[in-house]
Amino acid sequence: MLLGKLTWSAIPLHEPIPLITSIIVLAVVFAVLGIVTAKGWWPYLWREWITSVDHKRIGVMYCVMALVMLLRGFADALMMRSQQAVAFHGPGYLPPEHYDQIFSAHGTIMIFFVAMPFVIGLMNFAMPLQLGIRDVAFPTFNSVSFWLTASGALLVNLSLFIGEFARTGWLPYPPLSELRYSPGVGVDYYLWALQISGIGTLISGINLVTTVLKMRAPGMSYTRMPVFCWTTLAANLLIVAAFPILTATLAELLLDRYLGFHFFTNDGGGNMMMFMNLIWAWGHPEVYILILPAFGIFSEVISTFSGKPLFGYRSMIAATMAICVLSFMVWLHHFFTMGAGADVNAFFGIATMIIAVPTGVKIFNWMFTMYGGTVRFKTPMLWAIAFICTFVVGGMTGVLMAVPPADFVLHNSLFLVAHFHNVIIGGVLFGCFAGYEYWFPKAFGFTLDERLGKTAFWCWFVGFIVAFTPLYVVGLEGMTRRMQHYDVAEWHPWLIVAAVGAAIIALGIAFQVLQLIVSIRTRDQRRDVTGDPWDGRTLEWITPSPPPTFNFPVMPNVEGEEAYWGLKSKALQQQRLFDEPAYEKIEMPRNSPTGFFVAIVATFMGFALIWHIWWLAALEFACAYAVFVVFAWRDEHEYYVPAEEVARIDRARRAARQQSWFEGTSA
Amino acid sequence: MSDPHHQSDRAPGDEGEGQSGVAKGILGYGIGLVLAAGLTIVSFGVAAGYGWIYQPGIPVMLLVLAVAQMGVHLVFFLHITTGPDNTNNVLALAFGTLIVALIVIGSLWIMANLNHMNMSPGEMARHMGGF
Amino acid sequence: MSAAAADPHNLRQGHGHGPRGNAAGPDEHGHFDKRIITGYGFWIFLLSDIVMFSALFATYAVLAHATAGGPSGKQIFDLQNVALETGFLLLSSFACGMAAIASEQKNLLWTEIGLLITGLLGFAFLVLELREFADLIAHGNGPTRSAFLSAFFTLVGCHGLHVGCGLLWLGTMMAQIWAKGFRAETVRRLMCFNLFWHALDIIWVALFTIVYLLGAGQ
Repeated sequence: MLLGKLTWSAIPLHEPIPLITSIIVLAVVFAVLGIVTAKGWWPYLWREWITSVDHKRIGVMYCVMALVMLLRGFADALMMRSQQAVAFHGPGYLPPEHYDQIFSAHGTIMIFFVAMPFVIGLMNFAMPLQLGIRDVAFPTFNSVSFWLTASGALLVNLSLFIGEFARTGWLPYPPLSELRYSPGVGVDYYLWALQISGIGTLISGINLVTTVLKMRAPGMSYTRMPVFCWTTLAANLLIVAAFPILTATLAELLLDRYLGFHFFTNDGGGNMMMFMNLIWAWGHPEVYILILPAFGIFSEVISTFSGKPLFGYRSMIAATMAICVLSFMVWLHHFFTMGAGADVNAFFGIATMIIAVPTGVKIFNWMFTMYGGTVRFKTPMLWAIAFICTFVVGGMTGVLMAVPPADFVLHNSLFLVAHFHNVIIGGVLFGCFAGYEYWFPKAFGFTLDERLGKTAFWCWFVGFIVAFTPLYVVGLEGMTRRMQHYDVAEWHPWLIVAAVGAAIIALGIAFQVLQLIVSIRTRDQRRDVTGDPWDGRTLEWITPSPPPTFNFPVMPNVEGEEAYWGLKSKALQQQRLFDEPAYEKIEMPRNSPTGFFVAIVATFMGFALIWHIWWLAALEFACAYAVFVVFAWRDEHEYYVPAEEVARIDRARRAARQQSWFEGTSA
Repeated sequence: MSDPHHQSDRAPGDEGEGQSGVAKGILGYGIGLVLAAGLTIVSFGVAAGYGWIYQPGIPVMLLVLAVAQMGVHLVFFLHITTGPDNTNNVLALAFGTLIVALIVIGSLWIMANLNHMNMSPGEMARHMGGF
Repeated sequence: MSAAAADPHNLRQGHGHGPRGNAAGPDEHGHFDKRIITGYGFWIFLLSDIVMFSALFATYAVLAHATAGGPSGKQIFDLQNVALETGFLLLSSFACGMAAIASEQKNLLWTEIGLLITGLLGFAFLVLELREFADLIAHGNGPTRSAFLSAFFTLVGCHGLHVGCGLLWLGTMMAQIWAKGFRAETVRRLMCFNLFWHALDIIWVALFTIVYLLGAGQ
């Protein structure tokens, strides 16, 4: 009674694969915690990271979480690819109930805990710098957002050790996800983890929309904002408009499961198609929430490494905002085959084809930006060019499936799986990696190793093609997704090739890890002293690397598009820096442990609700209220950075600029 | 809002004149209250009027009254106006309204279509029986 | 070579070409008006909340006829009760507006009185709603009876949950104003609460029209 449904049988003691994985993961976690304790890093971590409300720190923490979860999600991918490579005429090595959990966890983790935190982290890090401001609109809420997302990620990973995860796919379609057909805690883990992290995402969306619309440096009008800020605005508007639908839909499924409601059940008048309808009304905008920031990153990267302003800046903005609205008019194309009539299918099919138009505009803009430019093939630029190639293929197969009759053939096949990996890996993930390489020196003050970065890139690119092109083929040959084993001889060789592709991607990930380690060890030789390692064009490159907490000693005055490029050109032309400004003390938000405590409460509450431990849930609700009151009651929200400190930091920056631009090596 | 430069923007819910008099503020809320109460009473009256009002017109009337009352709330209670200092607030509202309309109308259209296309034989017979 | 080179006052005039150039700009110390930022952020939150309600409304509209042999709206809705609830909520909204005016005048007593009346009327609304729910459940017409009732309880209950959370927030805020007076951040929160409470009233208008009035006629 005291522990609800939780018993010893929830620990997978008799299943070797989860058990060994659990032991390894726990060993790694305890080793990390042990090292941190032994080295006495806790006070530093607590002060500088866990309680930090600095948008740069929070952005970095989001990206770290995304990279760690990428390892987890990719481990699932490897297991699936190897299972399908061997499960011809046989059971393979993964039993069906385990295999089903793996593909569900893979999708859930990759979308919600890799792609989402990665793009949100990069937006958090770069957008305020590009706008020339000192923090986001609500710094403490920013921390709360991050920690709620972390809490959701923790719950998903907890399902590996205690209980099970959903076996329903990454979107738990009823009636399979109803209590009658999924009586275990797997779906509950999924639902509560997503509700908790979804609230975090929603808060983050509100925060970043408000930041872009209400806080910009003097003169930074809408038509002078870097394109990344525009795509951030569009993506976060979509978060604000779409995530509440997810919350409502999952809440309805929770009510079905916990209190016997009849939203999506077979009996009692329930209508499971309402779930498909609502979940995709969220799900399609979600795709654009992921890809729009990536588009922004590519715009910045391509413009910087082509040494040219972005071609068609205004058409880029128009295309972004058109996608923002159109993305809410296409959701039915995810269930063309589930019984809608020709009229409805035709409408949503055509709408889907229309949304490809602004995307095409963007592709042409990027290519014209490179045309006639002095293209430098640094690692971020390689990711961007690879993106253009792969994304066009992914986009074309998408338009193909937007034709309802074609979709009747391809629906739920591996062709679909290949398509969305083509756009999400080739678009979102490549974009995140480009942003990671591009902004890493800004965040940490030293560049990443180029040679290893390029090696990792080529492994990823080749591995991606080898892994997913065969899936298009077997999809056309009729192989449906999520098959634990199969008997069709024609598919087998292709699936072996796909497994090889996954192995090549694994090599790419290994090189990325190696790149990080090598770069950290050789950081003294790769310091970015000027703060502008790529000859950038936007305001983040005016700051030193890493930027001080307050980002800008004095708010930059923006006089045109490409604010920093204009200032830099003027200074180089006049062969002198601008006059030193009069430094003033700067008001900055205080650190707060609120986010961390909220996450602890949320994790325990989620766990209690998953296992029906009602007293703990009630207790955590009281704790949540207590955290709210303590936060509301605090007296000091801000502190001041003294003018002398501001002057000291900025003079060092000016000296470095003076040195590199006018006295020594070229910028 | 002491800084004159900030007059170009306004928080939602803030009245334009800032602190200009309690009487004016109360009057604004008072007008809102009277209008809202009036519209509510008419709504309930219309709903009670089944039998003597033209039947198919009732839902339309109720929806029009509801939209009008929401407008009253927005203007008199939330102080959302068309002034230039309110552009951002109104744009956000317009975006929200668009999304709400898309979700509700889209869902109803899709679900009605699905229900129509997937009738059970029994439902089909009932449906056809109406002719 | 900071841009910042220009003296702050020049900086202020140097930009703002175009009518809205200055809309999101800071003052000469690089500070933004927190009242506008907080208000706007909360406004965005309210819109997201309304989108959530729209999903619940859509569900209700789709499932309104799925009574599964149970009662329909016409058989269970008590319009008198709804009218009373509507009156309480409208007056509560009005009282909240009065409290906002009092707080602009920094009048502690009237602010607290206004908020107290707001809370009491909100509480009365909640009591009526819970009584309606209890009554339905007692007659076997709980949310597990049919999809229609599931959607009804969820939609109306979600609004009620918002009112309940609002009351908790209100109580905390009243205590804080009492203990610490009108601080800048408390005044901002009061503004947010005001927006929240009025928005709940707007949702209630949609609710009593679509659920109760339209439902009672069918």
